Amino acid sequence: MPDTAAPPVAAAPPASLARKRVTRDGVLPWITTPVALIALVAIWEFYVVQFRVSPLIMPRPGDVWWAWVEMLQSPRAWHHTWMTVYATLTGFAYAVVIGVGLGVVIARVRWLEMTLNPFIVATQVIPKVALVPLFVLWFGFGITSKVIVAAVLAFFPILTNTAMGVKSIDEGHRDVMMSLNATRWQVFRRLEFPSALPFILTGFEIGIVLAIIGAIVGEYLGGNAGLGHLLIARLNAFETADMFAVLIHMSILGFLFYFSIGALRKILIPWHASARLKV
Amino acid sequence: MADQAQPAIALRAIEKWYGTTDAPVHALAPTDLAVPEREFLVLLGPSGCGKTTMLRMIGGLIMPTSGELLIEGRGLWRGAQRQGEALSELGMVFQDANLFPWLTIEDNIALPLELKGWSRAKRIARAHDLMRLTGIAGFEKRWPRELSGGMRQRAAIARALSYDPRILLMDEPFGALDAMTREAMNLELQRIWMETRKTVVLVTHSIAEAVFLADRIVLLSPRPGRVDMILEVPFPRPRTPDLQSAPEFQEIVRRLRRRLAEIS
Repeated sequence: MPDTAAPPVAAAPPASLARKRVTRDGVLPWITTPVALIALVAIWEFYVVQFRVSPLIMPRPGDVWWAWVEMLQSPRAWHHTWMTVYATLTGFAYAVVIGVGLGVVIARVRWLEMTLNPFIVATQVIPKVALVPLFVLWFGFGITSKVIVAAVLAFFPILTNTAMGVKSIDEGHRDVMMSLNATRWQVFRRLEFPSALPFILTGFEIGIVLAIIGAIVGEYLGGNAGLGHLLIARLNAFETADMFAVLIHMSILGFLFYFSIGALRKILIPWHASARLKV
Repeated sequence: MADQAQPAIALRAIEKWYGTTDAPVHALAPTDLAVPEREFLVLLGPSGCGKTTMLRMIGGLIMPTSGELLIEGRGLWRGAQRQGEALSELGMVFQDANLFPWLTIEDNIALPLELKGWSRAKRIARAHDLMRLTGIAGFEKRWPRELSGGMRQRAAIARALSYDPRILLMDEPFGALDAMTREAMNLELQRIWMETRKTVVLVTHSIAEAVFLADRIVLLSPRPGRVDMILEVPFPRPRTPDLQSAPEFQEIVRRLRRRLAEIS
């Protein structure tokens, strides 16, 4: 057995090298990103002061900061935040259930895919945001229309990524399961699902961002709740600094959602390359 | 035929056609072949000779167009339905290790046992035994991507052995490895085979590999695939790398190479 003793030595270096790269990639953004942010705010401040821009057009960063701090202390603002979060997550949940379910079925039933494909492409090509007034007309000014817009927007990337994931399963892996006489359920549970999971999570990542966009656009166009509504209200009142504060608030929310999916990657697919690079 | 003489694998007029009626491909002409218990049989031939088709049919991955296939005396197919009892006597190793990247090495090896409903403690213990046998102890918790090609193929062999099938089917298992690793793996395979006393059917297009490993070589010729000749390889075991420079070894290699050139 000439090489039974050698392997641990041979296999150890790649793992430690990978760790080194991860730590460098992990530390670097914590320095560079704040530096870039500070530079951006400095340019903003300089521009507003130097060219005497009206605070109605562009408030100073400091004013926006204090407007945001004030917003954080307002129960009304938190109510709006919660409405947006609720619409986003509920819509996203619908999109996940229907998108993953349909994606798995479509990937496995060829005639169904061929039948539905033109419709799926059509609904992707249509600018869905343009349909939002229609949803408001159908489902009213309440939260339902926002949930539906969020769901519709998040649905397609989840569907297409799931279908692609199920279709991308390695033929060699299928051979293994077939030679082991695995049942259909075992093939799904032990091969198809874990194999498609990285794709599905990519769909989630795109989907969650679209869901929040959907919810906010829905709030722009109707109703009296949510951050989208709040933003329009501040704009109409010419409270530009407050409007910017809402914008910051929305962005932070988007980041939180996006990074939650990233965290999900680390938990669900630690074996996958994407889990080592993101977040 | 007496009971103890029952072959591990028996092909009776096994034939395979591919494709459509317009463009049929005759992958394997009707073939009879019996593989005795504990034999190391090598299927050798140029590409397109149907050796992989033959192996995949024995493994139950492809259905023969006609003929009868017996595994340990039991029919592998009943109509279009594969028989689980016959299948559980077969362990397959492919050219790629085909380990699942989301499972650690021990979980990969234990996968067949998990499908059979073994408890986690039992199947992991079994996986660890096999990792010792195949020389990859110490890699239990690693991901497949952290292992070299040779290590991964050892894990694939361990997985195929996990449920203790009596027959091991190998489709160019070391074809994707570099020459040095390949030679080491051939030695390892011989050792594992001698320790476990399985029946092995191995597909290769390397003549030297075939002669080094085989008790018997079945040379297949292409268009349509059929058995061209069957050759006994008499060298005692365990065979060492030095054997390859022996004149008798060279003579068999030469004979096979000449014949391969004629039929390719």
